[in-house]
Amino acid sequence: MTLLTAIGLSDIAFFIFALLIIGCGAVVAFSRNIVHSGFALMGTFAGVAGLYALAFAQFIAAVQIMVYVGGVLVVILFAIMMTREIGRAESSNPAVGRFPAVLLGVVIGAVLVFIALQFPWTINPSTDFDPTVNDLGDALLSRFLIPFEVLSLLLLAVLVGAVMLVKKEIKALPPEEKSS
Amino acid sequence: MIIGLPHYLIVAAVLFSLGIICVVSRRNAIGLLMGVELILNSANINLVAFARYVESGISGQVFALFVIVLAAAEAAVAMAIVMAIYRHLRNIDTAAAVNLKE
Repeated sequence: MTLLTAIGLSDIAFFIFALLIIGCGAVVAFSRNIVHSGFALMGTFAGVAGLYALAFAQFIAAVQIMVYVGGVLVVILFAIMMTREIGRAESSNPAVGRFPAVLLGVVIGAVLVFIALQFPWTINPSTDFDPTVNDLGDALLSRFLIPFEVLSLLLLAVLVGAVMLVKKEIKALPPEEKSS
Repeated sequence: MIIGLPHYLIVAAVLFSLGIICVVSRRNAIGLLMGVELILNSANINLVAFARYVESGISGQVFALFVIVLAAAEAAVAMAIVMAIYRHLRNIDTAAAVNLKE
């Protein structure tokens, strides 16, 4: 481990992941084609998972890959494929002009970077961490038990709610077709 | 090892502003949702980096897990709403959805 840190392998990995995140994030934000944005989102999610792994959060990295790349991204891509009228440009046109949006983003980003650099963080200098899966399991079933259970309840509600939202419209569709 | 907390925070800040740009400038409801996902991811990077560099406990990672779960739930419900709006209005332009208020 000391040899790796001496030659800065994790530093190189960090810069690769950061480049991946920011490059793909820029494509997501600026691409005119919503499908390109959707696929670029995968690069961002994967890069973020890499950063988690570099910050000794291995379990979070695995969950990031499984939930985001395997779940959320597939749902987003399905939604794009099912709703997009191919060839209709205005479905991805900007609402606000691009220039004010970029200006707002730059201002907010500058403020955040300023805070990150100016605030006197108390840095924990240790570079040796055990895998955190064990501690995470303990924490979720002891100190964070109530939020954990509330989250499981929320997931149940989301499951039922999503099915309800989609199913209702299927029922409502036939009279609409009759009238049109 | 030259990488420290500020590097993580800067990456997260850039990702956050990209998400803001995406949310503000897109009219496609799905594009808007992608911006929200970028913002949530940047917040998560901050949580994990703080758990690594500032606080020696596990709380930061637990909160990152909670954020991931909430983001997945939000994506599922938002996609269901988008599909419902699409069935109803035949497009997902957010400007068209103002008709919901009638």
